[in-house]
Amino acid sequence: MAFLVSHPDEVKIVSQRFGLGAISIDRYLELNGYKAIQKTLAMEPDTIINEIKNSGLRGRGGAGFNTGLKWSFVPKQAPKPKYVLCNGDESEPGTCKDRLIFEHDPHAVIEGAMIAAFAVGAHTAYIYIRGEYRYLSLIMQKALADAYARGFLGKNIFGSGYDLDIYWHGGAGAYEVGEESALMESLEGKRGIPRIRPPFPAVVGLWGGPTVINNAETLASIPHIILGGADWYASLGPPKNGGTRLFCLSGHLERPGVYELPMGYNLKKMIFEVGGGIPGSRKLKAVVPGGSSTPCLTADEIDVPMDFDSLMKRGSMLGSGGVIALDESTCIVQFALRTMKFYQHESCGWCIPCREGTDWLKKTLARFHAGGGIRKDIDNMLYLSENMLGRTFCPLGDAAAMPTIAFVKKFRSEFEAHLEARGCPFEKAGVVEQLPVLA
Amino acid sequence: MKFSPQFEQRFEEMVSHYPTRRSVLVPTLLYAQDETGYLSDEVIRELAERLELTELEVRNVISYYSMLTTRPRGKYHVQVCTNIACLLRGGEEIFEHCRQTLGIGGGETTSDGLFSLAEVECIGACSWAPAVQVNYDFHENLTREEMDKILGHYKKKGTQ
Amino acid sequence: MADVNITIDSKPVRAPGGTLLIEACKKAGIEVPSFCYYPNLSLQGACRMCLVKIEKMPKLQTACTTMITEGMTVTTDSPEIHQARKGMVELLLGNHPLDCPVCDAGGECELQDMTFSYGAAESKFIDIKNHRDEQQWSPVVYFDRPRCILCYRCVRICGEGMDVWALGVENRGVNSIIAPNRQDHLECEECGMCIDICPVGALTSGAYRYKTRPWEMKHVDTTCTHCADGCKTTLGVRRAPAGMEIVRGDNRDKSGINGDFLCIKGRYAFDFAHHQQRIKQPLIRKNARLTPASWEEALDLVGKRFAQVRDQEGGTRIGVIGSNRTTNEENYLLQKFARLVLKTNNVDHHRTADFPAFAAALAGRGDRTATMREVYHASAILLIGNDPTNRHPLLAWQIRNNVRLHRSRLYVINSEPIKLRRQASFFAQPPAGSEARAVEFLAGEEGAADALATSSTPAQRWRDLREKLRSEQNLIIIFGSEIRGRDLEKLVKFGSTLAQAKFVCLSDYANSRGAADMGLYPDLLPGYLPLNQGTKFRDDWGELPAATGLDLGEMIGIANEGGLRALYVVGSNPLGRLPIDPFLLSKTFIVVQDMFPTETAAIADVVLPAANAYEKSGTFTNTCGDLQLVRKAGEITGTKPDFEIIVRLASAAGFDIRKLVPFGKRGTHADMGQSRGAQAGEADRHAVWLEAHGLEPKLSPFDPMAILDEIERLVPGYEVSRSNLLAGNDQHTTVEGPGMWHDPALIIPARDDLFTSGTLGRYSRLLNSVIEHRQGVPAGEVVAG
Repeated sequence: MAFLVSHPDEVKIVSQRFGLGAISIDRYLELNGYKAIQKTLAMEPDTIINEIKNSGLRGRGGAGFNTGLKWSFVPKQAPKPKYVLCNGDESEPGTCKDRLIFEHDPHAVIEGAMIAAFAVGAHTAYIYIRGEYRYLSLIMQKALADAYARGFLGKNIFGSGYDLDIYWHGGAGAYEVGEESALMESLEGKRGIPRIRPPFPAVVGLWGGPTVINNAETLASIPHIILGGADWYASLGPPKNGGTRLFCLSGHLERPGVYELPMGYNLKKMIFEVGGGIPGSRKLKAVVPGGSSTPCLTADEIDVPMDFDSLMKRGSMLGSGGVIALDESTCIVQFALRTMKFYQHESCGWCIPCREGTDWLKKTLARFHAGGGIRKDIDNMLYLSENMLGRTFCPLGDAAAMPTIAFVKKFRSEFEAHLEARGCPFEKAGVVEQLPVLA
Repeated sequence: MKFSPQFEQRFEEMVSHYPTRRSVLVPTLLYAQDETGYLSDEVIRELAERLELTELEVRNVISYYSMLTTRPRGKYHVQVCTNIACLLRGGEEIFEHCRQTLGIGGGETTSDGLFSLAEVECIGACSWAPAVQVNYDFHENLTREEMDKILGHYKKKGTQ
Repeated sequence: MADVNITIDSKPVRAPGGTLLIEACKKAGIEVPSFCYYPNLSLQGACRMCLVKIEKMPKLQTACTTMITEGMTVTTDSPEIHQARKGMVELLLGNHPLDCPVCDAGGECELQDMTFSYGAAESKFIDIKNHRDEQQWSPVVYFDRPRCILCYRCVRICGEGMDVWALGVENRGVNSIIAPNRQDHLECEECGMCIDICPVGALTSGAYRYKTRPWEMKHVDTTCTHCADGCKTTLGVRRAPAGMEIVRGDNRDKSGINGDFLCIKGRYAFDFAHHQQRIKQPLIRKNARLTPASWEEALDLVGKRFAQVRDQEGGTRIGVIGSNRTTNEENYLLQKFARLVLKTNNVDHHRTADFPAFAAALAGRGDRTATMREVYHASAILLIGNDPTNRHPLLAWQIRNNVRLHRSRLYVINSEPIKLRRQASFFAQPPAGSEARAVEFLAGEEGAADALATSSTPAQRWRDLREKLRSEQNLIIIFGSEIRGRDLEKLVKFGSTLAQAKFVCLSDYANSRGAADMGLYPDLLPGYLPLNQGTKFRDDWGELPAATGLDLGEMIGIANEGGLRALYVVGSNPLGRLPIDPFLLSKTFIVVQDMFPTETAAIADVVLPAANAYEKSGTFTNTCGDLQLVRKAGEITGTKPDFEIIVRLASAAGFDIRKLVPFGKRGTHADMGQSRGAQAGEADRHAVWLEAHGLEPKLSPFDPMAILDEIERLVPGYEVSRSNLLAGNDQHTTVEGPGMWHDPALIIPARDDLFTSGTLGRYSRLLNSVIEHRQGVPAGEVVAG
């Protein structure tokens, strides 16, 4: 069970029921649960979609696409059934927010999926939860059963004449399945290899039918927007970056945890105030602002609002909300290696640049970190990463290349120090060994 | 091939949730593995037949997902996250500690079949790092001492 | 879709909207590189080699997955694109072993070519390459993972193309590996399509690996000698101590009726030619033992003996059994030899389809026969009987891929659940052996519906089937030997009520159709002309024996009573294939002309070692009637083409061979090759010599082209374009003659499957090793005793 934390700057919307027992359907109903769907059922689908569009809600999975706009791509008339698919395959290193939503507020995800399904005219939705989250799957299965028992799901929900089934679906360990087209493949019982796009899932998705795929946090935000209104939600963040989001603070921080902060919240404040700053007297070296795929920011670059557009301008990304702080004791080469080891392990292997590129970079980084580096490795790593960038079949290649480019470019001197020391200067100094294991 | 009544009931129900039978494959493989410990040739044959797939197709899928295995593991599968957030807070030390305590390397199983050890990718416990999953149970904010207690707990549970 | 205008490299291109950009580029003469894209297989977008710049798109796009739209502006080469491709090649080379010097693909490798094109000359990779040991998956297929670039062509051709689905992808990331369907080995049709389509040397064949370098081979286009489908195959040949050795078969130029396709037999089963039991010297029975003799002695003996029997007892005491595997020219020549030289109509062959009845049923409507190419394009196909997957692999490929790529409707009537039912939009299963009954029902016999009803196909379904068929236009009706005689007439009658329906009559050996077309019948001249309608031939050849001859069974039947004094068996093994008691032939002078010491050769008085179809030139007609060239590839010293042997026998029998082969011009003295020694392949060497001296090859009496001239002139339905034929194209022949209704019992199907091929298969080590691999028991291969 994950630990809950709080900070006065938090604006609790998605997390408002955390710790309040909303796992029980009765408690959820007491806490305004299933009101938004009832309100929605009386609205025109187009009105709902516009409301979500105007709220400025952007996908919380990482890509940050406007949710309402995504829904609007679903054709009104389609020869094949339409679907809604909740992406709960949270696996981006640094990210642990969906886990809290499923643990504390599963009905909010269900309700969000219901609204999405009604808005696009789907009669079936699936909630895909990663295989490792077995206890959350049990919670979700119970929540769905409870919703069915109350008649909130199934035929003629809330007397509206609208039928909707929502089912749980589970994964079995694959980061790549978090990519939306690979997610559909996995749900169809296949290897999680992404699909060729176009066509996009909104037009040709599950079993060929139009499919809306939204992150769990995105869907959990929907009922609040319906009840609170698009304007209210949009006003919480900077333009085009509506609402709040769950930031997962981790790494070298005094108070790591998941905090719900308004979009555009200052990263420096997030690190030093919300997260409590760096333990001991050590200095901050870098921050990975949005999960392992996002290029790191140096300590000098973190005075930046945490929203999609501002980070883009800084050459990074808001990503999935995983904020990882690295203090001065961190060996960037080791960190880059561990990041690449992850992508090498998780690459689906479909396309050449990702499959071969991640393996090559991992090998080079491993040798380099162990002291076997040669000078041209540094430029080679940049060259390789740049050859992957924008040329892979799906974004995983970019996700592996972008942070590597940032590590090499921003911390080149650390790479050079490895050459000179013929090994890791940090390990030789014993810093890594001395790293305290925090309770 | 015999699975538990719960498995059969869940299987029947899940199959009705999708337009194609093979859609249940991934979660079903995991449930089957939970019951049989690993996905034996027999399990693969059985599920292939039920879902109208070739055994090759089933194997292709199994080998893609890192939680699925065609070889037996320990009764308690200790999965230590060493990914970046855990790395920064001692994930590798925890892994090393488990190696020494259990006397096995990653991917290996203790001779009594009680424990197997694996270094795994992010398990979604970044804010509570370092973290370990033993089978499906999360253990977070770990120290070496904490890890000893956890392993001791399972050892006791497993030998009772 | 309507045409759209796009611009590729500043060049205006017009193509149907929705065309793949990579194809539009090809059409414009611009080659966009790719590993994973392969025409007619599903799209992958995996290799990223075909990246191009499309205006208004921020990133480079894959040309293999982009469909063209109006106004699209594309750049296919620029420094950025060049670098992207170079980058991909470099990445591949990171783990790819550079064992090109020993790799089978070396010199024919797409990765080598790409590396050359994009200049990834500098090796940036200094780490240890990932390694896995090579695996043998079957007698045919070897897999070398490190060389694999994961283009997934093999997986797709096996699944989508072959409908076998024996290959998959296991693991993920850099550990991804092509996996066979039985964990450590393959259980499949062993067609070798995966090997052929592999752009690198990851999949190699047991038949070819490590045997030669590609540039050491000469490549010869010819027609496969196994089943009746007539696949074009390119044979790679190399000098060997005893002539020319065939080391490889493929169809990489895709120019034949089979496109990419070849089955195991076409691709690998050429090895029978080098079987150690191949007869390489004439044999004459002396003191009850077959004893090696010279060609001169053997030919002289046979020629004189034949002449003696003819002159003393009459031609009717001589029988001739022809072959389903010799060329049209040889078959034509053989029956002409029988009728003119031996003065007998006792000519027959092992009949596997009722072509004379087909001719009779068509009654002159030869245009109603479909080509093999048409089977791939027809909007609907009705398949009655047979199991093409096993007996007509190309036909099955054409049908499957027509259904897959053109959404053709396939109707199958078969009492067995044959594999092609998987592609069928309608599968009707009558009781065992009642395919002919189904034809009667189609032709209008209402009462047959009840007799046809089975649990899977009740009577109503049969009526539905007939209704659906009646609404089909351009239906191709393909039928196996289940349909013979008058049943065939009913089927053709039914087909004739449909708009534009065409037919394919399935036979079993490489040139069964040719044997039938060329008149290897006791009562039919070439072109299915009854003996009494042979004016054309009489005008050309002179007088012919008038009485109907004996069929194969009748010849054997009278042999023991002294009715058959001599029997000339060419390329056939009746004793091995048919239930004949050898004792019945003990009083007959038997001459066998073949490659191997078959059961029939074992009782012969003289055995003449013949060349096979890969060792001579001529033409074959496939089961559809497509005429194709057979070209000489291999050579075994000591053997001779059947054509040459027949001409020499005629000469030895004292016959003026000018009346047999219309060679040379008036007054030209023919050189029969004696001046260059009587060695194997003489006719062809002779042809080479003639050509080198600026002379027409058909100046030689051994040149089959001289007879092809006559065939084109005299055989109805064979008036084809010679220039197209010589260019290597298939030319459709039609069935025109009046035909004949024979006893249906004369048809004896060969019952070969994918891994057997009559006599040839018994002497193919490769085919036998596959049978053993599949069954885990030794196959009936003939081994040296």
